[in-house]
Formats: sequence, structure tokens, C-alpha cells
Amino acid sequence: MIDTLRLTAEEALGLLERKEVSGAELHRAYLDAVAERDPELNCYLRTVDEPAGDNVPIALKDVISTEGVETTAGSKILEGYVPVFDATVAARCKAAGLPLLGKTNTDEFAMGSSTENSAYGPTHNPWSPGRVPGGSGGGTAAAVSAGLAPWGLGSDTGGSIKQPSALCGNVGLRPTYGTVSRYGVVAFASSLDQVGPVAKNVRDCARLYSIIAGRDPADSTTVDVPDVELPDRESLKGLRIGVPKEMNEAEGIEPGVTAAVQKAIELARELGAKVGECELPRSVEYGLPCYYLIAPAEASSNLARYDGVRYGLRVEAGSYDTMVERTRDAGFGDEPKRRIMLGAYALSAGYYEAYYGQAQKVRTVIVREHAAAFERFDLLVSPTSPTVAFELGAKTADPLAMYLSDLLTIPSCMAGLPGLNVPCGLSDGLPVGLQLIGPQLSENTLFRAGHALERAIGFDPVPERLR
Amino acid sequence: MAITHEEVLHVAKLARLELTDDEVERLTEQLGAILEAVSKVSELDLSDVPPTSHPLELVNGWGEDEPRESLSLDQAFANAPTREGDLFKVPPTT
Repeated sequence: MIDTLRLTAEEALGLLERKEVSGAELHRAYLDAVAERDPELNCYLRTVDEPAGDNVPIALKDVISTEGVETTAGSKILEGYVPVFDATVAARCKAAGLPLLGKTNTDEFAMGSSTENSAYGPTHNPWSPGRVPGGSGGGTAAAVSAGLAPWGLGSDTGGSIKQPSALCGNVGLRPTYGTVSRYGVVAFASSLDQVGPVAKNVRDCARLYSIIAGRDPADSTTVDVPDVELPDRESLKGLRIGVPKEMNEAEGIEPGVTAAVQKAIELARELGAKVGECELPRSVEYGLPCYYLIAPAEASSNLARYDGVRYGLRVEAGSYDTMVERTRDAGFGDEPKRRIMLGAYALSAGYYEAYYGQAQKVRTVIVREHAAAFERFDLLVSPTSPTVAFELGAKTADPLAMYLSDLLTIPSCMAGLPGLNVPCGLSDGLPVGLQLIGPQLSENTLFRAGHALERAIGFDPVPERLR
Repeated sequence: MAITHEEVLHVAKLARLELTDDEVERLTEQLGAILEAVSKVSELDLSDVPPTSHPLELVNGWGEDEPRESLSLDQAFANAPTREGDLFKVPPTT
């Protein structure tokens, strides 16, 4: 009997290497867990019964194209769309022998912070099914927490890997912009989108990152990546950790979140890190407005491709223009429409300079503030999410309240910096996430610090109600 | 309000969305609130700051100019709503 709730990918790899289980048995064990627990959670939009590969299986967010397996990005406009090619990350998983378990739920086009914007119903948090798993990658994060996948891939534009990992109590990496190919990944905001791993612990996260990272001729924004080092040390001696005041004292951070993060910072000090305060004043204050101009502007351009001509939904009409307009109105849900409209407005004649142009300059300010902080520190820490998992429906009527969920994850995304979520305790019985931010290409430092902290914190990633 | 009913209709046209009356009403209100919040970026005087369009300092990544395999016609049309011969079929433009 394989206990998928507890099993890490590294342990699963050990079982396979010692031939204690076969790849097919492992794959079957996860699908059995899906059959048992997913009717309640709705992590998967679809599963794959026949394993292709005999390594540790994997779940992929449904924005990642998989040849022969329907890929919808959580949208009705792509219902029934079956890619004829694999995204580079899917191909790399395949080449490593990782069989696909299934495609996981996401806010439509990865736009959201709760997975409630999926056209296929929300995912529920395994710690408390009346609450959201975060988003947009709530399906992958909840699946890993509930033992429905040993690990998985998400995509992150302004927090869609880190925030759900925080709310579900697992480890998620948003890698440095450019380290992981986006070829074949449904585009949202191309100057921000990154694919990254979600896992039960930091070592698994690092291992999966090593499988997907690296230059790809099919994505000209990719760069060469330093060799990934699996972390094994438990000391943080010599590491300088900055605590940005504004990111740790922002309005709206719950007291229970602050308490757990403070405790983790204290542990970092005990492990030998040098901890000091720093400032990112304008990054936090202006990060969110900057993001909600740039990301929708890019989205309005990227989502122009859904026109009912080459793939996806078509609503028939007598003329081409009417066909396109009706197809898009019927196919897109509320959140993509809001963002397309917002972006088209920000880019339209007369408003371009005041909105989009100004936001690009704010982006420079954010880049510079982070660069200044990294002259004194190797890493920055803060809560990942200001709150623990909130109740389903709590923020659906108020888009601005929902957008605030990403207040602390957005600034580093604007600067193309890597960020790691590490669970650091519970508040009211729900996971709290610690966000570690590093300079570009500092993933190995993030893994080292995350691993040492994870060992010291001793967080149990299995949801209490499933133990 | 930061955005009027007429502006919402104009932007919907630009974005090729045939919105229902209910949607236009709801979006006018929601976009108004969102635009008010994001207008915060105009508080800063950034006349001397260059824009950032991309977080990496990359120069063009060139590929080798060599022929390689691409999708077959059947693959390219596999998800098309309607195909006629080797063309995507659409209603007449007006």
C-alpha cells in the first residue's frame, strides 16, 4: 500500500530504483487517491489512465499544452481543444520519464487568486474544503497537498504559483524570468509569465526545477541556467537576509500570518543567518497598480488570438466581425473580459502614456529598489500571502479585494526575480507561507535557505483532516 | 466615474467583445473602481525614469536558419471549427 499523502517525489524515486514498486503501480496509486478524494476537491480537470513513462508521475496545470490531451486553460473558449504538440516543459517531463497524471484546475487563463474563476468549477482547499486553495494554480497546489500528485507544474504571472502553495501548505517556486521555456504554454502576460514547480518539500522542488529549466530555442526569452544543486545543508551561516519593512507590515496582513513569519525569521537567525531590516517603499505601494495595468495590457493582446477561426469555440454568425465578437463574448468568463477591457483601455489612444507608459516607468522603479536591497542582502523575506485561505465566495463580488491577495507576490514578479514559498506554520489551523525572494538566477540560494528553514520549522505538509 | 458607458462600448468594440447590456453596466462600475485604484501610478513624477518593458537585459536570441519539420496541414487544421480544403473557412467580411 503506497501512502500518497506522505510520499515525497524523492522517496517515490527510491521505491522505483529499489524496484519496490513499478511506475505503473505508482501511477495507479495516485489515480486511486484521485478517485477517492478529488470528487470533493476538484483539483483535476482530467486524468490520464495510461502512464507514459515509468518514473515519478506528475500533474500539469491546464495552461500547459499536452499533445493528445485536452488543454483548456480553465476556459470554455478552449473546451475540446486538443493540442497537436507538447509544450517544452511537458516534453522535458516526458523525456525524464515522468508520466502525466492529469491536467489541473486553474482560474480561467490563469487570471485569479482563488481558482474560483475556472469555467469548470472551483477547487477546494484540502485543509478546509469550504475555503479556496488560492490561485490561479489552485489545482496543482491542492493536488500536491492532498496526495493526488507527488509534484506538479504551475505558471505564475503575479503570484499564481507562490500564493496557492502558501494557502495549501507546500513548496512552490516562481523561477527567474527566462529560466523556464513558455513555448506551448497558454500566454497571459508575456513579460511576466513563468512556469515553475510545486512539491511537498524544497529538495523535490529543486529536482523538478532542474528537469524543466534551461534555454529553449523555441522560446527566445530563455537564458542559460546555472546547474541546480540539491540542498542538503542545515546551516544558514554567512547568509544575509533582509526583512523589507513595508512587505512585513503592510495593511491587511493577518496577525497569525505575521506571528508565523516572525518565528521563521527568528529560526533563520538561530541557523546562523545575518538578519537586517530594509525598505522597498514604492515597490509595495505601487506594485499592485503597476501590475494591473501591465498584465491586462499584455493579456488584451495575447487573448486577441481567440477569434473562432483556427481553434476553440466558434459562435456562428452571418458576418466575420459578428462571429468574432459573439464567440469572444460567449467563450470568455467575467475575469478575462474585465482584464481584456482594462488592458485595451490602458493601451487605447489618449490613455497609453498616462496608464501603460507610466506603469512601465514604475516597473523600472521597482527593479531599482530591489537591486538596491540586494546590494546589502542575499535574500529578502516576507509573508507570501497577507492572509490564510479564505472562504469560497468571500471575494468573488469584489475584483479589487481579490487582487489584493497578490500584494506581496507581485513586486518581485515585476522585476523578474525568483521567489520560493516555504510553509512556516499554521494560523487558525491553516497554512502560512514564507516568501523568500532572491536576485535573478539565485535559485540555488533560495533552495539552500528554504531547505534549512524547512528542516528547522518541521511543518507537516499533510492536511490535519486527512492525517 | 473614471470610465463612461460610451467608453466601455468603444473599448468593447476595440476588444471585439459583443457585451450584453448587463455586462456593459457591470463593467462600467467595476472598471471605474479598478481604474481609480490603478491611477495611483500617476502620483509619481517619473519624467526622468526610462520604461521597463521586459525584466531581462536580453539581446536578440537568433536561431540557426535551417529548415526543420513543422506541423502537417492536418495537424494545423485539427482544432479548426471549419475547414475547406487547405483554408480556414469563415463567414464573409463586411
